[in-house]
Amino acid sequence: MSSIPLTWLLGLSAAIFAIGVAGMIMRRNILVMFMSIELMLNAVNLAFIALAHRLGSMDGQVIVFFVMTVAAAEAAVGLGIIISIFRNRETVQADDLTLLRW
Amino acid sequence: MALWLFVFLAVISLVSALGVIVQRNPVHCLLALVLTILALAVLFIALDATVVGFLQIIVYAGAIMVLFLFVIWLLNLQAETGPTGSLALKFFGTIASAALVAELWSFLLRPHLKVKYVGESASYGTLGALSQKLFTDYLIAFEATSILLLAAIVGAVALARRAPGQRDSRQGSLP
Repeated sequence: MSSIPLTWLLGLSAAIFAIGVAGMIMRRNILVMFMSIELMLNAVNLAFIALAHRLGSMDGQVIVFFVMTVAAAEAAVGLGIIISIFRNRETVQADDLTLLRW
Repeated sequence: MALWLFVFLAVISLVSALGVIVQRNPVHCLLALVLTILALAVLFIALDATVVGFLQIIVYAGAIMVLFLFVIWLLNLQAETGPTGSLALKFFGTIASAALVAELWSFLLRPHLKVKYVGESASYGTLGALSQKLFTDYLIAFEATSILLLAAIVGAVALARRAPGQRDSRQGSLP
């Protein structure tokens, strides 16, 4: 089960992470920026799983378990914040939320 | 894992990850994200992380994505076609992510990264092995996670509920 080089798996992980970074920079819709964060978290999970498989250690899988839990908590709180913002400001565009900009 | 399976899953996950950031409709972005997550879950299972792969499908593709979809429909954003950032922003985003992926790949090509495959035990990736780790080595982190989830529940309810007397400006006539 080790026919796939580790470099390829980590390269795929890096590519997905970079796509998430690009989405975070380019998109101005808060919801899509949030989805880009999930994309980056999944890319990191893939790197953990690939290295855990290669090292024959379960610790990487446990870390992925914790990342999923934190992502669930983050999604719940973040979407609550988005609903709250939309209720007050009628927008989900990050460019319209400049109250804290100097 | 067979090579063709890896190539197949890599192409699917990369194309759908690009779909997340180029689609204009948030629902389409979300469906592309679900496809990415499912492809990665199959990849996890192929890498002997069976339990984590199924948790990925249940928790990520199930619960979290339904939460996103619920918010999109609650806020009535499914037909939104607003601006998706200026041209300069797209230009710098492309440059920045290309530089990032080039740097990471150049790091991967260094010879010191060649980790030797050590093999794995028969119980690798099973629920028993994962629970063994969770309830011995990572017990404190596991309990802290339960407190985190409790705090997230309370925080989400406190953030999303309407304060007494406050009316939603869009539905002012509704009770």
